[in-house]
Amino acid sequence: MSLTDYLSYIILPVLALAVCLIFYRFLKGPSIADKIISLDLLITTGIGIIAVYSIIHGRSTFLDTAMILALIAFLSTVAFSYYIEKRNRKK
Amino acid sequence: MSSILIAILSTAGALFVLLAAIGMIRMPDTYLRISVTTKAATLGVGLMLVSAAIFFNDLSTTTRALVIILFVLLTAPVSAHLIGRASYFMGVKLWKKSVMDDLQGKYQKKSHVLKSETDDTPEDNINHSKSDDDEELVK
Repeated sequence: MSLTDYLSYIILPVLALAVCLIFYRFLKGPSIADKIISLDLLITTGIGIIAVYSIIHGRSTFLDTAMILALIAFLSTVAFSYYIEKRNRKK
Repeated sequence: MSSILIAILSTAGALFVLLAAIGMIRMPDTYLRISVTTKAATLGVGLMLVSAAIFFNDLSTTTRALVIILFVLLTAPVSAHLIGRASYFMGVKLWKKSVMDDLQGKYQKKSHVLKSETDDTPEDNINHSKSDDDEELVK
């Protein structure tokens, strides 16, 4: 079993299962904070999937996308928490 | 030789990400879920990026992977702190089996100021009495 087969048939399905579990929490999450956390974790898992995908296809250019995704995840979490705190602040 | 190392590292990374996902499902409380997001998923993604850096064996790719790891390591605690603070102000309840709340009575509801002592005007504080159910809807 080569490395590509191992990554394609074992690692990627495990990551896909993880994404499905996190997405369940994203849909169900009782409070809006849970949804924001699970969105952050979805994007972080996406970075890992991109890293494995770049190994499978042998293209290191995909890692640039992972960097942009990390930036967007941090930015979105900061913006969401900022506006949630603003919304709950009484005048 | 290097392929075995890549396989081991990516397996460990995938398992940590899977554990983080299971923790997202199983943890009873928003604050516990925040801790899952910051620790396990960061370690898992870091291990997978290290395996990518070993696979390409190239200075530019290694630098890129290290930059992503550094960025994730720097931003995960910051975002976890921000969202934890926001959810505390939002009034998200603690788990009913939580032992203690260090911030009880120290955050002002109106001014969002943290005091080091328990406040003497308790009507301004945020109510964080523990929830009776495991998962209570918070509007």
